[in-house]
Amino acid sequence: MNSSQLIGITTFTYLFSTILYAALFIFKTKRLGPLATIFTIIALLVQTAGIGLRWLESYQMGMGRAPLSNMYESVVFFAWAIIFIYLIIEWKFKTRIIGAFAVPFAFLAMAYASFSSGISKEIVPLIPALQSNWLIAHVVTCFIGYAAFAVAAGLGFMYLIKNTSETRQSSNDTTLLGSLPPLKVIEDITHKTMVFGFLWLSIGIITGAIWANSAWGTYWSWDPKETWSLITWFIYAITLHARYTRGWGGTKIAWLAIFGFVSVIFTYYGVNFLLAGLHSYGSN
Amino acid sequence: MKNRNPIWDFFASVKLALFTLFFLATTSVIGTIIPQKETAQWYIDRYGEASANLLQILSITPDMYTSAWFLSLLGLLCINLIICSLDRFPGVWRQIKADNLASPLTRLEKMTPQSQWQSDNSSASSASALKTALSSMGWKAKERLLDSGLLLFAQKGAMTRTGVYIVHTSILVIFAGAIIGSALGFKASVMLPETRSTDKVYTFDTHAAVDLGFEIRCDLFNIEFYDNGMPKAYRSHLSILENGNVVKEKSIVVNDPLSYKGITFYQSSYEPYQEFLVTITNKKTGLNENVVIPYQEQHSFEKSGLRLGVINAEARGQSVSKIKIWLTDDNGDPSLFWLDDGEQVTVERTKNNYTVSAKQMYATGLQVAKDPGVWTVYAGCALMILGLVVAFFMSHQRIWLYIREETDGTSSILMTGNANKNKVNFEKKFQTLTQAINKI
Repeated sequence: MNSSQLIGITTFTYLFSTILYAALFIFKTKRLGPLATIFTIIALLVQTAGIGLRWLESYQMGMGRAPLSNMYESVVFFAWAIIFIYLIIEWKFKTRIIGAFAVPFAFLAMAYASFSSGISKEIVPLIPALQSNWLIAHVVTCFIGYAAFAVAAGLGFMYLIKNTSETRQSSNDTTLLGSLPPLKVIEDITHKTMVFGFLWLSIGIITGAIWANSAWGTYWSWDPKETWSLITWFIYAITLHARYTRGWGGTKIAWLAIFGFVSVIFTYYGVNFLLAGLHSYGSN
Repeated sequence: MKNRNPIWDFFASVKLALFTLFFLATTSVIGTIIPQKETAQWYIDRYGEASANLLQILSITPDMYTSAWFLSLLGLLCINLIICSLDRFPGVWRQIKADNLASPLTRLEKMTPQSQWQSDNSSASSASALKTALSSMGWKAKERLLDSGLLLFAQKGAMTRTGVYIVHTSILVIFAGAIIGSALGFKASVMLPETRSTDKVYTFDTHAAVDLGFEIRCDLFNIEFYDNGMPKAYRSHLSILENGNVVKEKSIVVNDPLSYKGITFYQSSYEPYQEFLVTITNKKTGLNENVVIPYQEQHSFEKSGLRLGVINAEARGQSVSKIKIWLTDDNGDPSLFWLDDGEQVTVERTKNNYTVSAKQMYATGLQVAKDPGVWTVYAGCALMILGLVVAFFMSHQRIWLYIREETDGTSSILMTGNANKNKVNFEKKFQTLTQAINKI
């Protein structure tokens, strides 16, 4: 058993988790709930083992570096972080339906990592620019932030779906969407998840700046990746201020959660492929 | 209420903050799509003369992030942050310093969460028992005697109300650090061939020469490769010289620079030459000579009477990995041998033995930075993380206990409280607290 196989398995386990959570949501089969949770926890453990094994394999290959240094590895870690954060939210807010909106992101990320022809799964050694202790701190903090924003976007979708149905007909528990948490609760969790993501994005930008300074002598050079991370930071800063001080809520915040995540995806993915810059090593 | 000044109000408004952030976010996109810091000709080739002109007039090229309009937006954000914080902070400070024992009972009676219970003890002994119990749970209560009984008040995290202002201040501190850096520091680069030294570097933006005040020498540059041919390390051995004496030496790689007198040298690029650094030592006499010789040209060592040339080389891209040397001291046939780049070998001749080492000559590309503002920036960053944690995850929690003296010598207790954030969590905490003390 090698790390690629373990990580490959995760793609299918997250697909199955998605199906379980979707079934829980659509058929309201309450019995499926614990099953979905347990299955997702096991899938996360398998993925953790896969990432750990990949780390170990890099040592066996004589290059010993954290599995966080190219597009494939970062997408895998992104999926890991989404599931990790989702499970915390499930445990903290005691609601499983969110899984139907959050777990698919992890599945899609894993499917992309596994099946896209554009990204290499090979374990290659670190180029000189990446040989830094800041690598782990920078990548981990950024991706915790990104993953939280992914879950927040899922919650945003959930809010919008529930909201449309409530305005169309009087809310009652017999409809499909009756099983979703009340709008107020969705909004509250969305907000808290965004706040959590904002803190980690901030730390991610800061660790990146410190790293850049130790590598190039400039903590900020307005390279496209840096600039886009800042644009994303601005979008969430706007969202938080609008909510705290101008009382924005409901659909506006839900849309901002989705819009913010689009910016996250562009920062993470779009910049590497569409724009040139210092972060080009993330593109293969 | 003070008389509101409309200009002050404008700069203190959150609307302005939202507007500025929105404008910064959208305009920042432009500079990520239109490449920055290229030459005027590059823009003309790419976009045509008319568009290139327009971009320049709008200061989008060559560097929009240092253009007057973009810096003005950042300046506006700063002014907004300062005025809005000055506007709101006094009110927040009043809340922190408020005399909560003066809270009117009528207000406390209406607050939620709330809990009431009876005690057989007098108000005075209830109060002291409650104070002890609360303090064992980390709530230090103050008390005040009222006409009808006693009021206890305890709070946690009053100062957490400053969290938002810590974040606002941190942004200003970061800007201050950036201004210090750009006013008192420089960003420069230099291409330094092996064995050479320089006391001047050239700035990025204007290519002006900067006097270092000391000399820096590149003793050696080499590239290490992984087995698969990927570069593993770019390494420059640097020496700092003051009045010709070496005062500091360090082998730098990417991510591990050399600092001296506030100026830091970063490994950034390199340039391979078609020349070789050759060192020859006569093993008997110890006579040592260093030379730089071009590829396939013969060199005569005057002191030792040797003649030597690099006649062949194997390269990986631009980097030589093996060198073939031709050497003669005119005693017997010339020696012909291969050695690895940077390797030292012993050559046995009829009369003398020599050690020969040879390597391809490189220039190391160094980025040179002096940034006295960087620690201010880092302090601002630390402050920002602290502020965000305080602002988002900590709350100001307050509890009041009103202990009313009853006519029969017993007392009745009303407990209430609030938190400025995370109210659900506070209510749970309040329940636990109530259950712990409502038997008193």
